[in-house]
Amino acid sequence: MSAPPLVEARQVHKHFGRLEVLKGINLTVARGEVTCLLGPSGSGKSTFLRCINHLEKIDGGELLVDGQHVGYQRKGNKLYELSDARISRHRAEIGMVFQRFNLFPHLTVLENITLAPTKVLNQGSSVVMARALALLDRVGLADKAGSYPSQLSGGQQQRVAIARALCMEPKLLLFDEPTSALDPELVGDVLDVMKSLANDGMTMIVVTHEIGFAREVADTAYFMDHGVIVESGKPQDVLVNPRTDRLREFLGQVL
Amino acid sequence: MSSEVPEDAASTASSTTTANSDETSSSGEVSSLKVVPLRSPVRYVSWAIAAIVVAMFVHTLFSTTTRFGQNGTQPRFEWHLIFQYLFNKVFVFGAIITIILTAAAMIVGVALGIGLASMRLSKFGVFRVSAALYVWFFRGTPVWTQLVFWGNLAYLYPTISVGFPFMHSLESWSMNSFETNFFLVAIIALGLNEGAYMAEIVRGGILVVDHGQVEAASSLGMGRALAFRRIILPQAMRSIIPPTGNETISMLKTTALVAPVLGAVSILGIKTGDLNEAALNIYSSNYHTIPVLMVAALWYLFLTSVLSVAQYFIERHYGKGFVTTSHKRVRRSLRTTIQEVPR
Repeated sequence: MSAPPLVEARQVHKHFGRLEVLKGINLTVARGEVTCLLGPSGSGKSTFLRCINHLEKIDGGELLVDGQHVGYQRKGNKLYELSDARISRHRAEIGMVFQRFNLFPHLTVLENITLAPTKVLNQGSSVVMARALALLDRVGLADKAGSYPSQLSGGQQQRVAIARALCMEPKLLLFDEPTSALDPELVGDVLDVMKSLANDGMTMIVVTHEIGFAREVADTAYFMDHGVIVESGKPQDVLVNPRTDRLREFLGQVL
Repeated sequence: MSSEVPEDAASTASSTTTANSDETSSSGEVSSLKVVPLRSPVRYVSWAIAAIVVAMFVHTLFSTTTRFGQNGTQPRFEWHLIFQYLFNKVFVFGAIITIILTAAAMIVGVALGIGLASMRLSKFGVFRVSAALYVWFFRGTPVWTQLVFWGNLAYLYPTISVGFPFMHSLESWSMNSFETNFFLVAIIALGLNEGAYMAEIVRGGILVVDHGQVEAASSLGMGRALAFRRIILPQAMRSIIPPTGNETISMLKTTALVAPVLGAVSILGIKTGDLNEAALNIYSSNYHTIPVLMVAALWYLFLTSVLSVAQYFIERHYGKGFVTTSHKRVRRSLRTTIQEVPR
């Protein structure tokens, strides 16, 4: 048998007050796979992504990362809420890249990348520093180590954010519309970095509007609308020959 | 009709090209063109008026004109007394006491403020409620009353004892030494009061920090304490510093309340209090109220100036990495906006 999936969602439900945002999401992500979540805004894709590292709590169903319940521990038939420290430890293994980068503006690029590995993982600063500089080189920003985020373009900031997530050596990377806040000419550099990560076998879940990227890089694509998964499968099938009117309409609007 | 259309299009196209070529030729010369800035006569006239008003005021301070019919400088300000008392030992010691009280009370206040503000963000209700109650009480009652209360603590609670709640005490101490410790009582009273104000200032600073920062920190596995210390607080400092400067300068003068309530102390054999008490002691014996109070005012002004310079450097430190919103920048953008409105 193959290894168990890295991420497994069964009938995941989530509501904000009376508004039901996720109405039973089923999804599995195997190790080394790239999964793209597509869909109009308000479809629940970002909310689902944020559930995976417990930035949002789920209200029903089961969500497992690496065989462990996110935010809970299962004993028998009960789920026990985990302590903040345990939740933080799980989050440290899952990298996240945000739409608005969320770099720490008061820290230099290098400090942004090295802070968590030294303070959370308690790794030696020289080891972390070497890894951070190598990652900066990889995202093409070796000369920006001493700059502050405000001195960088959006595309450069997002690549720093990716390097910051990678420096924690995560087993899973979540991308929440990583290119939506970027000027069109800066999108390419960020997507190139993501492609090279995918080629290296990083497990990634990407919420995106970049249909081209999904078609080229994703192993599986999911199309969500109004809190449910409408279509899923190989992007070459789903995104080229949509079966539902809803996806056909969406692709018509986006492309 | 139809034959005219392409002609029109052609003429527009040709006119566009000429316009383009015009632009390129003129843009080549831009560097050699001299820019004449807009000079408004208001600028010179207003400076002139201001200079005259200041000169008139200064004249009233030092004038020896016939109005008073006396020689020397303006007699009623008694400038010679001001210079005589400026570096008087009593004032120098008074300044030292004012500085020590202000610094100590602000250290207690800021530490307490940060603690209370983080309590208000706690996930435990007990901390949130007790911090809110603290702020409510200490901000809602006069400092004067609080000073009197702390000064009379030994009267209200003659002994302090340790034991189980509501039962026999295991150990007890007399409060007499507390009552006579002028500095300790003053620092506790002023510090606890300041803590309530600082708590709200720190809370306000934290509210300004983008929520995405907390999410980014949590997604990197940082706990609440680490994220607060390394991510939230340093960014909040930018909006905490200016009101804290205000508070410090205000505290400088609030220390004047201490001596009337708790009494003066002696340092090196000189019975003295803070700056204000020094002035009070001197003018109540020589009756030169105005010049002596002016000496105290000059000292306060000097200390405030030093604090303002310190504040500038602290603001610059915490502004690192942020696009500066200097006054010049704000003024410039305001000017451009105003100029652009008519178009």
